[in-house]
Amino acid sequence: MAFPHRPDAPELPDFSMLKRLARDQLIYLLEQLPGKKDLFIEADLMSPLDRIASVSILKQHEVDKLYKVENKPVLSSSEQSSGYPRGATCWAQCPCCREGSPWSEQARLWRGWERSAGREEQMVKELCFLVRPRIKNMRYIANLVNADKLAGRTRKYKVIFSPQKFYACEMVLEEEGIYGDVSCDEWAFSLLPLDVDLLSMELPEFFRDYFLEGDQRWINTVAQALHLLSTLYGPFPNCYGIGRCAKMSHELWRNLEEEEDSETKGRKPEIGHIFLLDRDVDFVTALCSQVVYEGLVDDTFRIKCGSVDFGPEVTSSDKSLKVLLNAEDKVFHEIRNEHFSNVFGFLSQKARNLQAQYDRRRGMDIKQMKNFVSQELKGLKQEHRLLSLHIGACESIMKKKTKQDFQELIKTEHALLEGFSIRDSTSYIEEHIDRQVSPIESLRLMCLLSITENGLIPKDYRSLKTQYLQSYGPEHLLTFSNLRRAGLLTEQAPGDTLTAVESKVSKLVTDKAAGKITDAFSSLAKRSNFRAISKKLNLIPRVDGEYDLKVPRDMAYVFSGAYVPLSCRVIEQVLERRSWQGLDEVLRLLNCSELAFTGGTKDDKAPSESLRLILVVFLGGCTFSEISALRFLGREKGFRFIFLTTAVTNSARLMEAMSEVKA
Amino acid sequence: MNRTKVDEEEYWNSSKFKAFTFDDDDDELSQLKESKRAVNSLRDFVDDDDDDDLERVSWTGEPVGSISWSIKETAGNSGLNHEGREQLKSRNSFSSYAQLPKPTSTYSLSNFFRGRTRLGSFQSLSDALSDTPAKSYAPELGRPKGEFRDYSNDWSPSDTVRRLRKGKVCSLERFRSLQDKLQLLEEAVSMHDGNVITAVLIFLKRTLSKEVLFRELEVRQVALRHLIHFLKEIGDQKLLLDLFRFLDRAEELALSHYREHLSIQDPEKRKEFLKTCIGLPFSVEDSAHIQDHYTLLERQIIIEANDRHLESAGQTEIFRKHPRKASILNMPLVTTLFYSCFYHYTEPEGTFSSPVNLKKTFKIPDKQYVLTALAARAKLRAWHDVDALFTTKQIRWKN
Repeated sequence: MAFPHRPDAPELPDFSMLKRLARDQLIYLLEQLPGKKDLFIEADLMSPLDRIASVSILKQHEVDKLYKVENKPVLSSSEQSSGYPRGATCWAQCPCCREGSPWSEQARLWRGWERSAGREEQMVKELCFLVRPRIKNMRYIANLVNADKLAGRTRKYKVIFSPQKFYACEMVLEEEGIYGDVSCDEWAFSLLPLDVDLLSMELPEFFRDYFLEGDQRWINTVAQALHLLSTLYGPFPNCYGIGRCAKMSHELWRNLEEEEDSETKGRKPEIGHIFLLDRDVDFVTALCSQVVYEGLVDDTFRIKCGSVDFGPEVTSSDKSLKVLLNAEDKVFHEIRNEHFSNVFGFLSQKARNLQAQYDRRRGMDIKQMKNFVSQELKGLKQEHRLLSLHIGACESIMKKKTKQDFQELIKTEHALLEGFSIRDSTSYIEEHIDRQVSPIESLRLMCLLSITENGLIPKDYRSLKTQYLQSYGPEHLLTFSNLRRAGLLTEQAPGDTLTAVESKVSKLVTDKAAGKITDAFSSLAKRSNFRAISKKLNLIPRVDGEYDLKVPRDMAYVFSGAYVPLSCRVIEQVLERRSWQGLDEVLRLLNCSELAFTGGTKDDKAPSESLRLILVVFLGGCTFSEISALRFLGREKGFRFIFLTTAVTNSARLMEAMSEVKA
Repeated sequence: MNRTKVDEEEYWNSSKFKAFTFDDDDDELSQLKESKRAVNSLRDFVDDDDDDDLERVSWTGEPVGSISWSIKETAGNSGLNHEGREQLKSRNSFSSYAQLPKPTSTYSLSNFFRGRTRLGSFQSLSDALSDTPAKSYAPELGRPKGEFRDYSNDWSPSDTVRRLRKGKVCSLERFRSLQDKLQLLEEAVSMHDGNVITAVLIFLKRTLSKEVLFRELEVRQVALRHLIHFLKEIGDQKLLLDLFRFLDRAEELALSHYREHLSIQDPEKRKEFLKTCIGLPFSVEDSAHIQDHYTLLERQIIIEANDRHLESAGQTEIFRKHPRKASILNMPLVTTLFYSCFYHYTEPEGTFSSPVNLKKTFKIPDKQYVLTALAARAKLRAWHDVDALFTTKQIRWKN
């Protein structure tokens, strides 16, 4: 199984350098603060930090205690002798970190050590905050500093923003009257290699900020990240992109490269192609249930920063286990891209092989046995452990999926994708809502219906919305408004008479990218045209007989052979042509006529090896299904894909980002 | 120097940090060199000082910014009361540096937002310099060039915007005419960096009356979206509502006002707030939802008070047998209906807590009603109720 790459497939560049770079920068920043200091870390930064540094590194740089920044209201009256308001919980005490994080044990040890040390010292200790540039973090810090001031404590404060600071944050510091008391720095840690071929910016908020609010604050971060990549791995001879955000990021990136006569000039390119793609070009794929193993694990257990917490039901013991999921896990590596229906068979075959290898020890003489124990046993044990873990995960997934009638759900999704029995699908969704099945799931299905059908019929829209509000709470009115603004859940305009006007208007809107026309029009321009695109790009494969999921023919296998991911198909088509030529109609249907571009350094000296390496940049997140599909395409064509995403996403995360009501 | 040397040696002897000693066969060293090169080539990521044209080499000859340099730096000066970044600047400056007001960050908003609040300030070169007299003495010597240059007024809008993107010091005060301000904004928008757009907007918000600001943003959608998001984030609800009013975006105005209820915890207060939402210009169907939201909470408050009383009195069998797990306040309608079918199934239509009353008030469809009632009665094992529900003729069962 696990199809090997073609022998001529190029080697992947070594991305571990990015980790070293980030670590060195952090050390550099910490060394700017001589003396003992306490470090407050934002929860969202803890997992990424775990991946590149260790507690001992912090310890070496005189970090004393670690705290987690929590965005609870901070009460100044609750000032404890420790000098911190209640909102600050010690990292080691926080239950979500008690397990798993290799740092927590250390942190606990220090606390003991700290207690025995003198107390006076901590009054002058500097406080350092490692945070995302968010307003609420600034308010949190301001509360802390102002409480110190009230209590007559003086100390130094340092805020390290990652990956960059925002002027709005500084404005808040200034308004809170602590501007001079707090000094700021930036830790440009924006690319975390989660796997050999996957780089994540770990910015899930990118999606909401850009695609809902229209805030372009992360575009500079993206441009800087691309600039960093071209500095380290040479220029990109070929560049393609689609989407407004992609276009803007590309322009800003180009400006950056021009401004700094970068060292990339004259360097040999390592990666031949770069492809930038906006998430809103293809919402459909991200909204589908995932059935490839890695995607399914993500949908079921939530993979966070490349690792997953397997609960007792998986580990078949009484404790949870944090497991790193990447190419180094030999078992996982072989099943991650497989359709779920193959995984069981594969695992049991594997188990049998393992048994056979264990069994070999019978009939061994002493010498052979010694060899076996010293050389093979450890590997076998490791494999055994991983195997039982993934079997446990599969069982748990099966149990959950049977309970929620997964087959029926998938059937409905496929019907939506193919555009038949819309009424049945609508009543299926209705029933979901009436039974108060998960609010996220119901919302997702409604969005899928809306996008595949160019919006809901007004009657359906109204009745589904009413039922939704009744089942899950009236405040979701706000969620519906968000979804409409983002173009995820819309109401069809009454009558078809508008279409002529619409196409004119949408043309106008796209012509004037700067947008001097009111917002009302842009939602019209967002007609999804999914059906037409699907026909044009042949997204629904015609199947004679059964689609053999064991021997996939095309990328559709990631959705049981029912649908080729739109995003991946667009990428495939452009790479084949090395341009957007002949795709005018598709671009028009995607509302991207003016938003597709090509560029790059057009380097003739580019080694042929590099031309089969492709970096795909997903702005707004990509799913594991898309990654699996492109890995498949790569194997077929002898390419290697590298993925850069603002965050790994899935349907639930998209819906949660749009939801106004936080659980 | 001598002292530093000694300290340095002491440091190396006592330190367990041996990854960066100068063993040439060390693999880590080559790795380090590699990333050092990268760090240096990326100075702009790490460093915001505009001293690109200065050779950044410390007195020991180590390139500033390398790990080995910074370790020495820390070791040599750990007692001093300077900030690291400032320290390295002061290396090649004169002692006058100590008198300078020390900006905590090399680029500061306060710098470009200062000025107007000061009495009759004409943002001229001399004015800016008189602010901090020390600077005028030896700016070339003591200050990084960039900060000095900032006080001259020759940055064009596009230069200004570019500097802002890099996070460098840049005063916006010189953009005083509306035309200049708008040009600045347009430059920011055409550069695409949202952070810079917001920075310019913060400046415009402070220096323009809101009527003028709103008027100009109305025809600049990208900037407008940034302002709206900014106002949402900092929680300037008043200005946000003013803006929506100005733009005639009635529905967004209404939704934005309605959103506030989420932060009100007290049920009575929340109810009163929802009442103020009822007259707002929602779409027709949303108006009905808002009305329902208000009515629902009003009902829940009554039911909650009543049931809490019943439960604590301990006289009612159903509450004794099945103590309530949570309050019904702020629950969805269907949950409320379930609750009511569970605890108040047989009550006459006239009471607020009866299921039939809920069904009528909120026009709950039959199907939904039966489904919920079934679930509630089945949970209580009230089988004859279940039977009765099944025989109701209005239900058309799928499958």
